[in-house]
Amino acid sequence: MSVAEAIRERDAARLPGKRDEDWRWTDLRGLIRQVPPPSAEVDPAVVGAGPFDALTDERVVIVNGLGAVHIGVEPGEAKVVVLRHVSRGDGAHAARVSVEVEAGGRLTLLESYEGDAGGYLAQAGLLFSLGKDATLERVVLVSDGAEGVTVSQAEVELSPGAAFAQTVATSGARRQRIEVRVAHPGGHAGLRLDGVYILDGKRHADLTSVVTHAGVDGATDQLAKGVVRDQARAVFQGRIVVAEGADRTDARMGHHALILSDRAEVDAKPELEIYADDVACAHGNTVGALDEDALFYARQRGVPEPQARALLTEAFIGEVVDRIGHEPAREIVRAWVSERLGG
Amino acid sequence: MLSVKDLRAEIDGKEILKGLSLDVPAGEVHAIMGPNGAGKSTLSYVLTGRQGYDVTAGSATLDGEDLLVLEPNERAAKGVFLSFQYPLEIPGVPALTFIRTALNAQRKARGEPEITAPEFLKLARAKAAELKIDFDMLKRALNVGFSGGEKKRMEILQMAMLSPRFLILDETDSGLDIDALRIVADGVNALRGPDRAMLVITHYQRLLDYIRPDRVHVLSAGRIVASGGPELALELERDGYDKYARAA
Repeated sequence: MSVAEAIRERDAARLPGKRDEDWRWTDLRGLIRQVPPPSAEVDPAVVGAGPFDALTDERVVIVNGLGAVHIGVEPGEAKVVVLRHVSRGDGAHAARVSVEVEAGGRLTLLESYEGDAGGYLAQAGLLFSLGKDATLERVVLVSDGAEGVTVSQAEVELSPGAAFAQTVATSGARRQRIEVRVAHPGGHAGLRLDGVYILDGKRHADLTSVVTHAGVDGATDQLAKGVVRDQARAVFQGRIVVAEGADRTDARMGHHALILSDRAEVDAKPELEIYADDVACAHGNTVGALDEDALFYARQRGVPEPQARALLTEAFIGEVVDRIGHEPAREIVRAWVSERLGG
Repeated sequence: MLSVKDLRAEIDGKEILKGLSLDVPAGEVHAIMGPNGAGKSTLSYVLTGRQGYDVTAGSATLDGEDLLVLEPNERAAKGVFLSFQYPLEIPGVPALTFIRTALNAQRKARGEPEITAPEFLKLARAKAAELKIDFDMLKRALNVGFSGGEKKRMEILQMAMLSPRFLILDETDSGLDIDALRIVADGVNALRGPDRAMLVITHYQRLLDYIRPDRVHVLSAGRIVASGGPELALELERDGYDKYARAA
């Protein structure tokens, strides 16, 4: 099953669906009877500005998924690059992106998914490879249209001493999956995989991650938080595997969701599979409503209810946003969150 | 100022306040004392509009205005402030942000202009110094990881900054050592004035050595069963609540 293949071969039978354990909460096969024809070619010059454009001059814009793109950072080099995935209209498209940060290089990748009102089917396959002591911070803002279907699938290969940090913030789509799979070699490599979802209407977002620790002395720190309203549905699947012999692995996973309406839904599957003896692993998963006592406390001090709810919800999500290292990007994400919670 | 008449209130269908009447004129400090379960905290939550406390009869007005029809935040904007027995932790919201949001929301509700950032910080620094609160603490998430005493001081700081007209102190002395109690009492006493009134709810007489009340009321089984001057508090401390529990 591969979304990219299904799009390239125009074969809906190849789409993953609820019979695939890994996709049972994000059923594409049942949703899409027929893969739409390839998306129209669109001139990148006409799609307007992206959310991070002001932060760098180095920008890669992929409109309707045409072609393959490579972003490279040479040894010791430091770069800030914008990567935009833009979907326009009703067609299907799949793009490939490879990102290589060589030894000691530093990359801040400011990525966005931007959709219009069309019923598109979009897939992006990304391959990240980090050399020894390389660092990469990936900040991803996902603003799909309500009728769009987007699947983003990233694979990350880390070298010892490398650091990969990721924060995804999404408002969902008709159906949407943001997936990352990390081969973690240990060797003091660091990994942070954070996520935020803020969903309303009938939107769906799925944050799926698989981290495989293969060597000693690796660290993974994961924090995902989300808010669902109306009839929205969020899926969190986080799996951390610590292979036999990957001792002194330090892995932490947290997923916390607020459900703000009776008809909204959150499905969470945090999994730690540990085959090594000497590890420090912890995970926490909570799904609940806003703290009514805290809400009353804020109101007693004079804050009207909608504002009190927004204040507490923003603070809840803020814990994830605060972990973004690149300050200007962090403030853009904060404003994005604030705008979505204020409405 | 505050006038409560024949107030009846229940939680989950169980009547807690059973015809409570009370008048606290402007300029006065009244203490409410009573045994556990008498309805002391219920009274403070009914006056501030907490959900789940249903008023079934009677009235509560502030300067003639019906409090019971107002939202909790509207009551706050009218000047009603409750110092919580157990102040809530607000993760992710720095104390300064919280207080400024509250202050500006109250000002907006009263049709007043927002306080500017420099004015606000100046006020916060001055009040924090008076209450011996380290200013850096105000940059931390409100009450998160604070000790019981620190939380109570944060309540008084908020009170000082929001400058309410009618103050309810619910068991403010619990969790305070003598030094902290003195600081808190000084902060409360500084707010005494001809245009303000206070209701001090306490189980023990100790707090009233520091915040001297004009009147003392005994609350037992949902009703005021006795009222008197400050000497009544001393009598209660000496003889206990037994006599009143039986009277009720």
